[in-house]
Amino acid sequence: MSINGRTPRVRCAILGSGNIGTDLMAKLLRSELLEVRLMAGIEVASEGLARARAAGLVTSSDGIDGLLAHSPLPKIAFDATSAQAHRKHAPRLREAGIIAIDLTPAAVGDYVVPVVNIQERLGAANLNLVSCGGQATIPIVAAVNRVAPVDYAEIVATIASASAGPGTRQNIDEFTQTTARGLERLGGARRGKAIIILNPADPPIIMRDTVYARFESGASHEEITASIRRMVREMQQYVPGYRLRAEPLFDGDQVTVLLEVEGAGDFLPRYSGNLDIMTAAAVRVGEEVARDLLSSRTPEDAAAGESL
Amino acid sequence: MSTQLKICDVSLRDGSHVIGHQFTVEQVASIAAGLDSAGVHMVEISHGDGLGGSSLQYGLSRTDELELIRTGRAVLSHAKLTVLLLPGIGTRDDLRAARDRGAQVVRVATHCTEADIAQQHIGLARELGMEVAGFLMMAHMSEPRKLAAQAALMESYGAHAVYVTDSAGALTIDATRERVRALRDSLQCEVGFHGHNNLSLAVANSLAAIEEGATWIDAAVRGFGAGAGNTATEVLAAVLDRIGLNPGLDVFKLMDVAEELVPPVAQKPALIDRAALTLGYCGVYSSFLRHAERAAERFGVDAREILVEVGRRKAVGGQEDMIIEVAFELSQRRSPSHS
Repeated sequence: MSINGRTPRVRCAILGSGNIGTDLMAKLLRSELLEVRLMAGIEVASEGLARARAAGLVTSSDGIDGLLAHSPLPKIAFDATSAQAHRKHAPRLREAGIIAIDLTPAAVGDYVVPVVNIQERLGAANLNLVSCGGQATIPIVAAVNRVAPVDYAEIVATIASASAGPGTRQNIDEFTQTTARGLERLGGARRGKAIIILNPADPPIIMRDTVYARFESGASHEEITASIRRMVREMQQYVPGYRLRAEPLFDGDQVTVLLEVEGAGDFLPRYSGNLDIMTAAAVRVGEEVARDLLSSRTPEDAAAGESL
Repeated sequence: MSTQLKICDVSLRDGSHVIGHQFTVEQVASIAAGLDSAGVHMVEISHGDGLGGSSLQYGLSRTDELELIRTGRAVLSHAKLTVLLLPGIGTRDDLRAARDRGAQVVRVATHCTEADIAQQHIGLARELGMEVAGFLMMAHMSEPRKLAAQAALMESYGAHAVYVTDSAGALTIDATRERVRALRDSLQCEVGFHGHNNLSLAVANSLAAIEEGATWIDAAVRGFGAGAGNTATEVLAAVLDRIGLNPGLDVFKLMDVAEELVPPVAQKPALIDRAALTLGYCGVYSSFLRHAERAAERFGVDAREILVEVGRRKAVGGQEDMIIEVAFELSQRRSPSHS
């Protein structure tokens, strides 16, 4: 980002003024590729909207209508509302030519996990971020699968009760089913299963994920470990608190990977790595989309250094 | 449903933990038929960790649980076919599938502070016309008033009963009494009690619960369940009979099932050995026992040390992966190359 604003960035907006939207804003304000201009919520007195105003954003309490009334329209909208709301937002964003990056479990668009398949998804009108457990574990399954085909992958996500909002709690099946599908479609497992556990310990526990993968008989344990380590380093590029709690543990043709995800503590508390990994992944996806948009600008726009 | 005392035998679900989820159709058919003819009101059949529990985390089922449920349906004539569901592990689709194969009652289980994750599942059970109980696990970790508030949520979702579930077998008699009383005082629906015998208090706690007004009581024939086992159905039946509260159980028939049908299946008898006692003593989820024993062997550490440490880290039901991690860490600490 240059001081005189010459470095072109891509305009974006946030739908949803809750904790996720607020944490997302904190991360977007640091982005060199995305320029966050607007946050739209549905409550006039929302603390999130007040924080957004204090950060210099335009705000609206008219939700999607407020976003679509803003001129110029953003190129990208991050949806941090609910699955139900996103199902209504998706067609309207598409009609307005705005790319949707969806943090809800609505799964209107295809799944995306930045380190696994962002390049294949560029150009899509709607990108869905699977689930927090999916963002944390699909990369590990993909890492095993790229060196030893995975027949069965199972993940257990344990999160602090305090970090599970009403959306997650009232629709916990959505988490297990969506994550299991993600393990198959993106992770490459022939069959996937997901389990989620809420732990109420105080002080709250940091998000932990366990990945079990059964792979093709006879594959090299060293190669699998090396592939997992490479993937962990890639993940740490945008989730610095993503780490292995132990060396991958092998038992015949099965590997167990114990992970911990500590959040960056931007707005959300550090223990809620489950929420942080979603906002971090959203920004990462947004930046890749922005890079793609900027690279396909007209030569005139590029020469003028205009933001998109 | 009447407020008469009802006994739910959980051996074909809780016993699943003991044998690493290896039940066969024949075993389930013979034990379920025996329990049915002995007058047990409900027979629970599911993976030990409930519907959908077959996994690397908890152990893969040898026989598809839906096949076992169908088997139960075929042999039960009086007892209601019951299943367990833990939201986060099993889903509403699993419940529908169990219902389609004849399940009539479901217990929806959550950790004692997380009742709100059961709303959809309790709601669906009601829509399907099933009887449904909420199951507040690890009840020793919650104060009576807080437990009653969580129970009230489950009642508001439609539960016909809510259980004080002593998953760790850690409740003393007074602690059981206070919790059942707190639920009884704040709910319109029935109250249940599920015990484990890790402190040798399962029958005594069940009696205390009944005195405080609990009407759904869980037991497992020959104590065939996790940890040191559950309240033994035949023992509870004998005691209830002696005090004039026998709800229609045939004590001798239960003894026969306990002595003739369970031992060949259970591999080893329910026993308060040092590891099982540690569960009750430290308040650890009973089904962690076998996992801790296996991890102890794999990593060359003491099962008790593992259990004490997972208890200290406040693990809740379902966190079997923490056992592997703790065992690994303990083995590293011990290994001179890492000291």
